[in-house]
Amino acid sequence: MPSRWSVQRWGVLAVAAALAIAPALLGKFGVSLLNDVGISALVVLGLVMLTGVGGATSFGQAAFVGIAAYTSAWLSTAHGWSPWLGLVLALALTATAALIIGALTLRLGGHFLPLSTIAWGLSIALVFGNIEALGSHTGISNVPPIPLFGATLADPRAVYYLIWALVGVAALFCHNVLASRPGRAIRSLRGGAILLSSVGADAYRVRLSLFVLAALLAGLAGWLYAHANRFVSPSPFDVRASIEYLLMAVAGGIAHLGGALVGAAVVLVMKNVVQDVLPLVTTRGGQFEAVAFALLFIVLLHRARGGVMGLVARWMRQRVPERAALWPAGAPAPLARRDALPRGQPLLAVQRAVKRFGGLVAVNDVSFEMRSGEIVGLIGPNGAGKSTMFDLITGTAPMSSGRVEFLGHDISGVAQRRVALRGMARTFQHVKLRPQMSLLDNVALGAHGRTHTGLLAAGLRLDRREEAQIRHEAQRQLARIGLAERAHELAGSLPLGLQRLLEIARALASDPVLLVLDEPAAGLRRQEKQALAELLRKLRGEGVTILIVEHDMDFVMKLVDRLVVMNFGSKLVEGEPAAVRADPAVQAAYLGSVAAGVPVAAPAVSEAR
Amino acid sequence: MTWDVALILGVDGLANGAVYLLAGLGLVLIFSVTRVVFVPFGDVAAFAALSLAAFEGKRLPPTVGLVVMLALLATLTEVTALLRRGERTRVARALLGWGALPLLPCALAWAASGQALPHALFVALAVLLVVPITPLVARVALQPIADASVLVLLIVSLALHFLLSGLGLLFFGPEGFRTAPLAGGSLMLPGGFPLSGQVMLMLAAAVVLSGLFFLAFERTVAGKALRATAVNRVGARLVGIRPARTALLAYTCASLLAGLIGVLVAPVTTMYYDSGFLIGLKAFVAAIIGGLVSYPLTALGALAVGVVESFGSFWSGALKDVIVFSLLIPVLLVRSALTRHAEEEQEESDA
Repeated sequence: MPSRWSVQRWGVLAVAAALAIAPALLGKFGVSLLNDVGISALVVLGLVMLTGVGGATSFGQAAFVGIAAYTSAWLSTAHGWSPWLGLVLALALTATAALIIGALTLRLGGHFLPLSTIAWGLSIALVFGNIEALGSHTGISNVPPIPLFGATLADPRAVYYLIWALVGVAALFCHNVLASRPGRAIRSLRGGAILLSSVGADAYRVRLSLFVLAALLAGLAGWLYAHANRFVSPSPFDVRASIEYLLMAVAGGIAHLGGALVGAAVVLVMKNVVQDVLPLVTTRGGQFEAVAFALLFIVLLHRARGGVMGLVARWMRQRVPERAALWPAGAPAPLARRDALPRGQPLLAVQRAVKRFGGLVAVNDVSFEMRSGEIVGLIGPNGAGKSTMFDLITGTAPMSSGRVEFLGHDISGVAQRRVALRGMARTFQHVKLRPQMSLLDNVALGAHGRTHTGLLAAGLRLDRREEAQIRHEAQRQLARIGLAERAHELAGSLPLGLQRLLEIARALASDPVLLVLDEPAAGLRRQEKQALAELLRKLRGEGVTILIVEHDMDFVMKLVDRLVVMNFGSKLVEGEPAAVRADPAVQAAYLGSVAAGVPVAAPAVSEAR
Repeated sequence: MTWDVALILGVDGLANGAVYLLAGLGLVLIFSVTRVVFVPFGDVAAFAALSLAAFEGKRLPPTVGLVVMLALLATLTEVTALLRRGERTRVARALLGWGALPLLPCALAWAASGQALPHALFVALAVLLVVPITPLVARVALQPIADASVLVLLIVSLALHFLLSGLGLLFFGPEGFRTAPLAGGSLMLPGGFPLSGQVMLMLAAAVVLSGLFFLAFERTVAGKALRATAVNRVGARLVGIRPARTALLAYTCASLLAGLIGVLVAPVTTMYYDSGFLIGLKAFVAAIIGGLVSYPLTALGALAVGVVESFGSFWSGALKDVIVFSLLIPVLLVRSALTRHAEEEQEESDA
């Protein structure tokens, strides 16, 4: 049976072959339509990357198409520049615009980001129509065609191959990016900024570079549009056009690169069919067009939110087995490691940490220290401030006062990402994995901070050596937790216990000095807890220092070297497990004190953060 | 710019702002209860204006056809949904509620059109005619996917706008109309500055309606149910508030507001089938100033948008919309900096 990878490869080859011979079979109208499909596919490719994969919706992509189209059209008509020089300037201007807009808006959370795209999408299109040098509402005509090797690509047939070659290159670039270090970060954007900073990546910068990439693809399309149609006017670049691109992406399947091509083709062909058929039914065809189109779109969103490629992907998952590993056997040079710390060195020192939320003091004057090679447990009843303490140590939340020293450096006030880069790796109480990514990719994400490949290098496949190292490292960590055989399964298919182990493997892939685990045993069954404890002991044997914030007394008591007990935000006791267990103050905190007269059992629910 | 000009622009801006205020209230109402950014809001307003114009021209408003069609679709959706769930007993009620009730204003309009009736009656009828549109459209297109993400709802809502403005072109045609003024005369302000009756009416409407809005929200059970749903949908459900019912109420109220906006602006601006979009969009800027949840901030934002627009058009008529929409970006930045976002994860809607 063919593997999924070979099915995909044959599919791509078949489409490429069909596109190569299409001009020989189609009339001029058909070729022009395919040119439009190719140009739109470029824009939609950017949208698939930005919105489908990266999770940032843009209702303004057409504005970038317009910036590039107008730049090149104006330079080549008013100043007689070569369209190729126009391309360079058009892309430069598009990238600059995207950088400025992105820098301003990409920090916006929730639905504010998509709303802001409507705002600048509208504004930019309105500006085109109001600048006289750009022909106001009539636009610029007589844009010269693209010269290439002495020929001018004026005929639709002539420019056809240029357009589709660029679509092919762009799609390959995006494909390469997705299967690389920056690609894993992009695919993790939907997991939230905290997940990304925990592996040393900056969500804002990842999103910004993705935004510029999408804008550049739109710019490339704009340049082709201007010189293929030989005419630009404001209306193809307004918000309606942007929405149509989004529609193409959704129709094709916004989570798949192939969806860009399929979506552009489906929408544009459907539009043509509607234009051809409606006049047969009614004399007011033009008016029905928008209605028919909007209706089809709504039905699509009701029935198949994954689009055409979503259906294909579902079919593939059922019929075709997952691809086998494509990487050559044999170990590449391992990734560089941090210098190992000798046992017993001071590693972490929390000094008089305080965290206030308004009037509530969640952490009140807590101090403790950790030395390399030990496992320390941070325990306490519900609401004791453990999770807040955890956030303060990892840099997830700022301290109100106090100090945290890690490896001799003051890290209070340092961003979570920088703390992670210094060698503190964490897991999450509510597991933050990427369910649609393979186990291997999830673990490889952990090595983000140790590696350097950028977007451009990844797109051009200059990252193979480092990528092989990353995959080798990820495979090694998967083997460490006993999941090496399942490397290519999706993380979402694992039961909770294994997901927690997988998070530990991801943390280990960053080659941490200190591993901080947030309630790793919560929700686990007995046997899973035993397996987890065994793994942690093994890691201690290998020299990893571990801090566990935990609820489960039984689990912690058997595992740790030392315990820090918190209650009502303050440190209650610190010491060895046996001593802590015997401490009357701890017993009172957990079981309620007899003196207070109300024995209350600590409820065994996991506390929400 | 002299003080006179500034005063004229300011009053003009406040009158515009009054319209955006009402539209902004409607948008916030719908969003807070249903999480839908209701883009076609302005289209409904335009339909009300065009209906009034049709009455004035002694014609039956084409809106009747639109409502009948939507009522048919909604009844079909509701009855299919009921039959699928096996709730045959409720079919009769659904037929009555979704099929017959929306036709009531249509019947009234049919009886009234062409007659020599007082203008105020036509105004009321034009508003009544568009009231069913929003709930009907929402029943067909939005309620079946009420649990989808904000983004999917936003995209569907955008598609709905294109659908409605397309239908608007079909039913009303491309001609623009301006209706007779609702209030004549003008008041002389000290300093010899005239304030037209229409502007006063618009400002008064904004004040009275937002006051009513406030009272309804604070004092009535239905208003409290709306607020409860807006604060916490699951919680509201647990205390017995039916989300579909509150959503219906929100859509109906918003539709009524849209109708009132339509008849208020029709005497001062020529309305086309697609004129509503820009009104909706600017109200939307106001709603975002209020974070899509706060009514008082939305009201202030709306007045600010109106004034900025009016001064913007003085400096550059062509670029006034650019100015208004560009205003959105700094507003968004401030809002985003002020609100602490809970770390949100979104999953792929893959297959």
